[in-house]
Amino acid sequence: MTNVTEIKQKTKQIIKKHKSNKSALIAVLQDIQEAFNYLPKEALKTASNMMKVPMSRVYEAATFYTAFSLKPRGKHIVKICKGTACHVRGAAILQDRFETTLGIKPGETTKDGKFSLETVNCVGACALGPVVVINTDYHGQVTINKVDKIIKKINNEEGAQQ
Amino acid sequence: MNENPDIQAHQLLDNLSLYYGPKKKFVAICAGTGCRASGSLKVKEALEAELKKQNMNEVDVLATGCLGFCEKGPMVIVHPDKYFYQHVKVEDVPEIVSKTVAKGEIISRLVYRHPETQKTLYREEDLPFYKKQNRIVFGQNGMLDPSKIEAYFNIDGYQALAKVLSEMTPEDVINEVKKAGLRGRGGGGFPAAVKWEGVRRAHGEPKYVIANGDEGDPGAYMDRSLMEGNPHSVIEGMIIGAYAVGSNQGYIYVRNEYPLAVTHLTIALEAARQNGLLGKNILGTNFSFDIHINKGAGAFVCGESSALFASIEGRAGEPRAKYVHAVEKGLYDKPTVLNNVETWANVPLIINKGADWYASIGTEGSKGTKIFSLVGKINNTGLIEVPMGTTLYEIIYDMGGGIPNGRKFKAVQTGGPSGGCIPERLLDIPVDFDKLYEVGSMMGSGGMIVMDETSCMVDVARYFLEFLKEESCGKCVPCREGIRRMSDILEDICSGRGREGDIEILESMGAAIADGSLCALGGSAPNPVLSTIRYFREEYEAHIKEHRCPAGVCKALITYGIDAEKCTGCGVCVKVCATQAITGEKKKAHVIDKDKCTRCGACIQSCKFDAIKVK
Repeated sequence: MTNVTEIKQKTKQIIKKHKSNKSALIAVLQDIQEAFNYLPKEALKTASNMMKVPMSRVYEAATFYTAFSLKPRGKHIVKICKGTACHVRGAAILQDRFETTLGIKPGETTKDGKFSLETVNCVGACALGPVVVINTDYHGQVTINKVDKIIKKINNEEGAQQ
Repeated sequence: MNENPDIQAHQLLDNLSLYYGPKKKFVAICAGTGCRASGSLKVKEALEAELKKQNMNEVDVLATGCLGFCEKGPMVIVHPDKYFYQHVKVEDVPEIVSKTVAKGEIISRLVYRHPETQKTLYREEDLPFYKKQNRIVFGQNGMLDPSKIEAYFNIDGYQALAKVLSEMTPEDVINEVKKAGLRGRGGGGFPAAVKWEGVRRAHGEPKYVIANGDEGDPGAYMDRSLMEGNPHSVIEGMIIGAYAVGSNQGYIYVRNEYPLAVTHLTIALEAARQNGLLGKNILGTNFSFDIHINKGAGAFVCGESSALFASIEGRAGEPRAKYVHAVEKGLYDKPTVLNNVETWANVPLIINKGADWYASIGTEGSKGTKIFSLVGKINNTGLIEVPMGTTLYEIIYDMGGGIPNGRKFKAVQTGGPSGGCIPERLLDIPVDFDKLYEVGSMMGSGGMIVMDETSCMVDVARYFLEFLKEESCGKCVPCREGIRRMSDILEDICSGRGREGDIEILESMGAAIADGSLCALGGSAPNPVLSTIRYFREEYEAHIKEHRCPAGVCKALITYGIDAEKCTGCGVCVKVCATQAITGEKKKAHVIDKDKCTRCGACIQSCKFDAIKVK
């Protein structure tokens, strides 16, 4: 678990990189999320102070954009593409299956902190639809019957690492 | 006017382009996002290793941007013969090198076969998918490694910029673009030169130039493929635009979901700076300009101009009313040119080849070509670039190869969530900005999603409204509340709770939301609903009056059953069913318990005998 001092310190470094420029708020939030996998409260407070942007504005930006999360996210992020091309090729029933297999809804994280489920409007890999992006790997033409296998494979790889 | 006429930018540029060029022999492998997902990077590594192993160091491997025919990825094209190989695996590589690269022999299992005639077609240009295209913008992708500026020099890259800086005044540039008839590729189709002229004349400094790469329309990815595959063409277009309007600072706003585009743009910008094409005194002239990349954070509305400005300024992306146009007060309330990525990529071509040449392509009101993403229920999915005025029929049947599995075409959706669905009887219309608008849809950024008889048009309308409900920024009431109500009604219709009169309510609400919304998101949000009502009213009526989904999509209105004659009793469906709804003896026809069945579709996808029927 990252502690408060560490969060503050890292956030300060990020803000310095962007020269405390107010217009860089979105970029700062993106870097914070990349560092911690979510936006910790302490980091947002630090950003508000250092960049002289009211906390209400910081919070507004952090909640307006879907890419940001105020809650810690899982180790593996499963993104189901819900673009039109994927939709007509069955993304909705695919989502159902991921929900059942992982036992969570989009925006939630499994209790063990391993997986977060998210939906995304379109990842731009429409020819391969339906597409699921797990972390940075694209899985194309995913069928319902592949869902369990994909999750199992990730679990196995982790088991092997430990 | 060029403030430093003594300097011949052409000469300077000639000194730069000392690139070795692709050697005579090279193997191009598509490394666009689609092909990467299909494993093209492993094939690329294998190709490099194998060429080394077989001592063929004179042959280059070119990892190119998207080649368009994503369905067939990973794709390899062996030059100079341009042999086209599809679905290439690492195991195929040794043979490709020893036979095709070394001896020019063709490996028949990797070539494309015409789906109807079964005739083998060897070269890229012979494939029906490519044959009718005119890839003046997108075709460059296949000739260059997007991470190398030298490769862009080699195809006359930055020559247009040199010409502009050494021979043309800003007014000349604007006139040339005006004469070419270039209209904005982002959806609206506004004449680019009119915007540029407005910013040139506007008072206020500094002036800004922006490329809109927030390609938010679901089902569209041509801008992605341009930013990833040929970033310098976009950058060169922007520099020319900046010179024309008198700007020193530019921005490229890229979607958060496009990490590879950001990487390639970043590399390209740095290379352009190092070569004196960006920064202070470009090519030795007095003109200075630089570009900054801004990443979006997942908000569809940020594709709208004023929301995009707000986002670059570091705020939530909420649009504002546009009594004052962006050309007067845009980013930071300063005069701003905002054009889409594809629009910018067209600019160097116009300068290099001339406005007359450009204007000879296309229709009366829409000049040049347009890149479309042809996706959904279609055989040849991918990106195509066609002259404006090509008919939908040619696109879907000649290039797209028609509908898979012998199914029937139902509609093609264009223009993303702002567009509409076009039925079969209108397939003969030539595609341009004005014609699509006439039939109740729009060009949008160029997504074309093909739907067959198994796509429910009410469900598609529900899908788009659900999307827009999530993406509405919430600032104005008609959009925030209106879309939500329309979405609720559609949800009811799809769940069998539709009522008489719902269609009329949707129509009247649609008109009110279109009139009353602040920005184009709300203004065009009812289009998917209104166009499907206009052309597929009977499907709405079947849902409402008969509680029936003719396409078999809406879960609440359908049941699954097993065709006893087709079922072999193999038991595969029993294993995949998550609710144990399927039972039966081995090798005998099985049955589905309708109460347990959740209609998840797993059994349909697993059945090899087409025995599971939806009613």
